[in-house]
Amino acid sequence: MSRPARNPWLIAALALIVAATAVVIAVVHHIPDVAISSALAQRTPDVARGEYIAVLGDCAFCHTRAGGPSYAGGLALSSPLGTIYSSNITPERDTGIGAYTLTDFVRVMRLGVRPDGTRLYPAMPYTAYARVSDEDLQDLFGYLQSTIAPVPLASRASDIAWPLSIRWPLALWDAAFHDDSGFVSDGSQDPQWNRGAYLVQGLAHCGTCHTPRGLFFEEKDLSGRSNLYLSGGRLDATSPINLRGNSGDGLGRWSVADIATLLKSGRSEHSAVTGPMADAVRHSTQYMTDQDVAAIAIYLKSLSPAPERGRASFVASDSTAGSIMAGSERTPGGRIYLDSCAACHRLSGSGETSTFPTLAGNSSVLSSDPSSLIGVILEGARAPSTAAAPSGLAMPGFGWRYNDADIAAVATFTRSSWGNNASPVPAAKVAKIRDQLRISRPEY
Amino acid sequence: MATNKPVDVVIVGFGWTGAIMAIELAQAGLNVLALERGEDASTVPNWAYPKVVDEISQSARNGLLQNLAKSTVTIRHHKDDRALPYRQIGSFKPGTGVGGAGIHWSGVHSRVMPQELRLRSHITERYGRNFIPEGMTLQDWGVTYEELEPHFDRFEQVCGTSGKAGNIQGSKLDGGNPFEAPRSHEFPLPPLTDPPTSALFAKATRELGYHPYPLPAANASRPYTNPYGCQLGPCNFCGFCSDYGCINYSKASPQTTILPVLYRMPNFALRTQTHVLKVNTDSAGKVATGVTYVDAQGHEVEQPAAIVVLAAFHLHNVRLMLSSGISQPYDPDTGKGTLGRNFCYQLLNSVNLFFNQNVYINQFMGAGGVGQAIEDFYADNFDHAKLGFIGGGVIWGRQTGNGPVRGIPLPSGSPAWGSGWKAAVKQNFLHTGRIESQMSNMAYRGCYLDLDPTYRDAYGTPLLRMTLNWQDNDLRMSEFFGEKLSQIGKAMGATSQSGRVLKRGDNWDTRAYQSTHINGGTAMGADPKTSVVNKYLQSWDVSNLFVLGANVFAHGIGYNPTGLVGALAYWSAANIRATYLKNPGPLVRA
Repeated sequence: MSRPARNPWLIAALALIVAATAVVIAVVHHIPDVAISSALAQRTPDVARGEYIAVLGDCAFCHTRAGGPSYAGGLALSSPLGTIYSSNITPERDTGIGAYTLTDFVRVMRLGVRPDGTRLYPAMPYTAYARVSDEDLQDLFGYLQSTIAPVPLASRASDIAWPLSIRWPLALWDAAFHDDSGFVSDGSQDPQWNRGAYLVQGLAHCGTCHTPRGLFFEEKDLSGRSNLYLSGGRLDATSPINLRGNSGDGLGRWSVADIATLLKSGRSEHSAVTGPMADAVRHSTQYMTDQDVAAIAIYLKSLSPAPERGRASFVASDSTAGSIMAGSERTPGGRIYLDSCAACHRLSGSGETSTFPTLAGNSSVLSSDPSSLIGVILEGARAPSTAAAPSGLAMPGFGWRYNDADIAAVATFTRSSWGNNASPVPAAKVAKIRDQLRISRPEY
Repeated sequence: MATNKPVDVVIVGFGWTGAIMAIELAQAGLNVLALERGEDASTVPNWAYPKVVDEISQSARNGLLQNLAKSTVTIRHHKDDRALPYRQIGSFKPGTGVGGAGIHWSGVHSRVMPQELRLRSHITERYGRNFIPEGMTLQDWGVTYEELEPHFDRFEQVCGTSGKAGNIQGSKLDGGNPFEAPRSHEFPLPPLTDPPTSALFAKATRELGYHPYPLPAANASRPYTNPYGCQLGPCNFCGFCSDYGCINYSKASPQTTILPVLYRMPNFALRTQTHVLKVNTDSAGKVATGVTYVDAQGHEVEQPAAIVVLAAFHLHNVRLMLSSGISQPYDPDTGKGTLGRNFCYQLLNSVNLFFNQNVYINQFMGAGGVGQAIEDFYADNFDHAKLGFIGGGVIWGRQTGNGPVRGIPLPSGSPAWGSGWKAAVKQNFLHTGRIESQMSNMAYRGCYLDLDPTYRDAYGTPLLRMTLNWQDNDLRMSEFFGEKLSQIGKAMGATSQSGRVLKRGDNWDTRAYQSTHINGGTAMGADPKTSVVNKYLQSWDVSNLFVLGANVFAHGIGYNPTGLVGALAYWSAANIRATYLKNPGPLVRA
């Protein structure tokens, strides 16, 4: 009987596993350091400025449950793993951030790591806030700590099921995807452009919704290095539009003033905001200063077109209106359009100034992912009430009235009329969005 | 009883006048609370296409109107009759809920003729004192057109009214109404396009030597942003205005023109499902201390306020004044007392015109306010000396939209049912139009409002009692207008006419729709012996109480009242802001 020969490969593999585990343990248990300028110690936080930083970052919206106390959290945010609830960021010591130091605050804002080492889900856009300046964070912290009423309210645990609810693997996600390198200004651009870039990439966290994500839910570009940055994303049942210079589904035909007008009022002559962007306008962009809105518009307008492959084009045409007037528009989608859409959006598809959005050349209609368009037809939409456009005009939903095939037909009609040239919408896609939005089907 | 925290201003009722007063006083920095008995409502979801364009729920079942099972009025023709409750909507249509009657109105947006505000003086000057018949209690309003003009203008700007001026600051303009009183500005939007009825009416009346003009309509002809920043979309002539909330943000309503801005103001609050029982006063009855209301749970609540504004519909304003014991009730036997006096209405003659098969009217389409009108026989624009009546009205060819449930008019003699009826409908539906005359109802000693001794509402409060009937003066006028309508209908090319023209011997029929333009009962005026409120709509007796609405009319007018009601609310608000707030107390010394 001889002893079994020792297998050197097995030993090596085991050693490797042990070593890797040690590294992983080291990574996940490590509470990372953050670099803060030493000058901050001499600086007094500007609380009024901090309040404006909170507006720029749209903090209040996510951190306040509908009808709940300000900044006490509890808003449900969907993620691929399950529902997450925003946390209490009032200066309450036990359940809020009252016991945080500035360093703790900067760590959570830039790295998504709490003082106890718990990793945040990237539903909190620390991936973008990593680009926020020390001073802005200090002012924001000062504002939250000194102005907001402390609310003792334990943050609600997520609905994510075990084992996915285990948080330490997030450290590996961070190690793989998080870029905490901070904002890098571009010396070849003027200060206004750089201000816009700083806001878009940082506080305004536009990329969180508007940049496509990869297999692991990571944003494909966090700082505008490629033309995928802000080239259109996906959020719940919506398809945030392409903000790059494409003339079909992007901002190519928009002027800087159009972009600024939309951010201030919720609408422009090209489109009106709906869904999550309506919330962003309602709670954040309408309150931005004219200078900041202009800076954002200038930066966005400078973005080159995203790769055109698979994207829609638009060349204005009056042939659709002509065929409707001639009585020769006989497609099912066209008939539904006449019955239910044309009264406001008109036969020309051009809507009406400052009231009914145009469908001709509308970026949201032309988006390669038609989710937002389908959602608007199914459940309707409401513009935010802003100082510049207080009415909060709304469109009723038609999901109760039309089946999936009908909705697909009218969505396809709008995407292929008046010079719009986007892909057809299959009924199965409508069915999927309908289920996501939980809109019941017509009873026939 | 629970007592709420005091507010600067409590507004009872949240339709047009409540919304106007609320935003004007909130913008002045006051803490304003509006109490509305009905529910909140807005374009989406309440009037979303296509559900609201439902003739059964809205026109037949009165979806937007006051629930008469909860509260109504009693009606009689004469003070010796027994009044009975108005149990089904018929002659008039009180609204309810946020927006009030401003939701289901048609949109006809006129002003007032300057002479109407001083009709007693005007008639006396032109025809002599004896021209006013015995029992007709005409009186001047105490306010002039010139004083109100900026507020008419303001209300039109707010509504985005479509029209064409005929007189801007005294210079007459082609295309407008030549009888129009001077306006400071052109209408904010150009007139709506004439539908077929209106085009035929304009051509025929012009050929007859009359002076047609586009009726002012608070149905937007173009996209519009009003001075508050509210956005209106252009009307698409869907034909669902009167009885309906507008699907299209086109018809001016509190919701489309004021509320979005008001709701953004932190010093404004709205409490719905609050039925106000009475205005509370101090022990001397000289100062209003607030109001008492019943909330949705049936609890009585006291709401203290420094200023009380009654801005409910006509009926409810008058009833509240009576229930609260403010001002002396009118006694028709002695003529003493002011509250309930000069209760008036309006007369409507409606004639259907049937045309040849080659004349397409397409009555399924239209808009509430669109039309052409003449004022050759309005107020005292024509010589009454030999006519034997006082008053007048507007004649119009409107096309408001019609559908099967609202009733398809057919030529006289058509079968009322079966295949014969169907054949007649098929033959006539696309070729039928309508012209109307809307005429003033003067004030009479025997027409008044008081509390009913028998019937009470769901809250135990006595119902308001109406005592009103058509009088000889008004029916003579109506007959005169009947002839004009027939003449115009013929000139328009109608092959036959049918309809309703009020004639001598006719009584007020409360079952048939007449108009919702009831008015008077808390008359405004310069003399506290004949009026309840002064020219600023301030109670003579309780100076921190303001009473808005058509109930302040001193007598009936020929126009649709909304334009005047809105202008009076702006006028009152402007004077509260400019004068009252600086020095609370009577704005006019009695």
